Amino acid sequence: MTEPILKITNVDLGYGELKVVFGVSLEVGTHELVGLVGGNGSGKSTILRAISGMIKPWGGQVIFDGQELGVQKPHEIAALGIAHVPMGRQLFANMTVEENISLGAYLPSARKKRAENLARVYSLFPDLINKRKDLAGALSGGQQQMVAIARALMLGPKMLLMDEPSLGLAPLLVKEVMQVIRSVAETGLPILLVEQNVQQVLKISDRAYVLDNGKLVLSGPSPELMGHPMVKKAYLGL
Amino acid sequence: MDILTTIIQNLANGLLIGGVYALIGVGLSLIFGVMRVINFAHGDFVVIGMYSALVIYRQLSLDPYLSLLIALPLGFLLGLVLERIILSPLVDAPEDSTLLATLGLALILQNTLLLIFGAEPNSLYVSYATATIKLGPITLSLIQLIAGAVILVVIIGLYLFLTRSEAGKAVRATAQNRLGAELIGINTLAIHSLVFGFGMVLAIAAGIILIPQLFATPAITGPVFTLKAFVVTVLGGLGNIWGAIGGGLLLGVVEVLGASYISNSYRDAYGLVAFLLVLLLRPEGLFGKTVKRV
Repeated sequence: MTEPILKITNVDLGYGELKVVFGVSLEVGTHELVGLVGGNGSGKSTILRAISGMIKPWGGQVIFDGQELGVQKPHEIAALGIAHVPMGRQLFANMTVEENISLGAYLPSARKKRAENLARVYSLFPDLINKRKDLAGALSGGQQQMVAIARALMLGPKMLLMDEPSLGLAPLLVKEVMQVIRSVAETGLPILLVEQNVQQVLKISDRAYVLDNGKLVLSGPSPELMGHPMVKKAYLGL
Repeated sequence: MDILTTIIQNLANGLLIGGVYALIGVGLSLIFGVMRVINFAHGDFVVIGMYSALVIYRQLSLDPYLSLLIALPLGFLLGLVLERIILSPLVDAPEDSTLLATLGLALILQNTLLLIFGAEPNSLYVSYATATIKLGPITLSLIQLIAGAVILVVIIGLYLFLTRSEAGKAVRATAQNRLGAELIGINTLAIHSLVFGFGMVLAIAAGIILIPQLFATPAITGPVFTLKAFVVTVLGGLGNIWGAIGGGLLLGVVEVLGASYISNSYRDAYGLVAFLLVLLLRPEGLFGKTVKRV
């Protein structure tokens, strides 16, 4: 494998006095869809928050595209080329779908390619074309998730972080969202996908890490993990 | 004058004074909507506008309406600096911290003005202060008409900025979802400074428009206008800046009608009664839809 686009080494993370992630190391290759799975409160979202600069690492190292992260603010991380589809989508509810998506190309570098990328995301999410003029807050959860992904892609990112995109969606929609994520990955964009829905993630991802109580307990190619007795017992209910 | 003419005359007067209230309320609402800060110093910003017109008039003999050209850019800078020093460090602090901070700022501003200008009431006399223009059966004061024109220009400018420009959209995005905005690369702290600067500009514009029409006293006029600004924003729906325009106009009309048909002595009370009624019956504001969050 060539040099990974994201390399996390031995990071400790927490809130206030409470440490929630203990010495986690992981990496994402330049064309990989990597899953980061685990139960509620296992610290997966915390890792994404640290990559995006919402919280500062207590220790360890995060290197993205050859550059160390840790002091930058979230908007500076975005400018480095990391797009983050946050938990709960965090759309601009009283703006139209198109305003939401276009604003994804707010940064000057992205603005130049706005029209081009807008056409690209509409071809990826044809359902959104008819909803262009609707307020984002009026859409269904699944459609909002599509808008959130579309908005992130407008940045023209070097890497995509996704935090629980299946949260609150009906099972049928979860499948649809997962297929979309896979097709985005097929374009060559590296993705780090955080999910509680372990089964779905293992189906679409190339590799995955399993996190339990803030510690990595397993990692490997997704098909292998799917057959691993521990994963089967703890997360797949088999 | 028959009854109908009187009513139209009162409505016109009410709308003209209400426009100034709208200007003040829009700024307060914008600051609250974007920054979630309740600005207790907002009325004092209006007073800063009034006294800057006085100073510019005395030093440079410049007409107050022309002094807008000097005072507004300076006010914008003052707003930026105050936000950076006082509010920026509190961005992740609980809401009562910013509330205390602006309350403290209000005290400092009031007493600084008191120190410089003294406690006696000041006004600015312009030669055309009593000029009137007859429009059919009603008569309007020239300075109020100029005020109306300035307000219209400022509000339309703000509307175009917020809906058409990239920076304006970033302001709206920050108001609706700060995290979402930050993650697409918007420097939301810079947006906060910008918005506080705008709030200051709107308040200063209102102060300059008002000073030929009333007497200002540093420590009294500020709190009066802070209160009026709260009434306006609650009437319009907190954080809803277009609602604040309606709220301002309504407050102006209520005050003028009350003063004219009930008693002039309770002029400031009518707005507060309307305020209480709205809080009781429609706490989301007259024009507010309940704020939706994703």
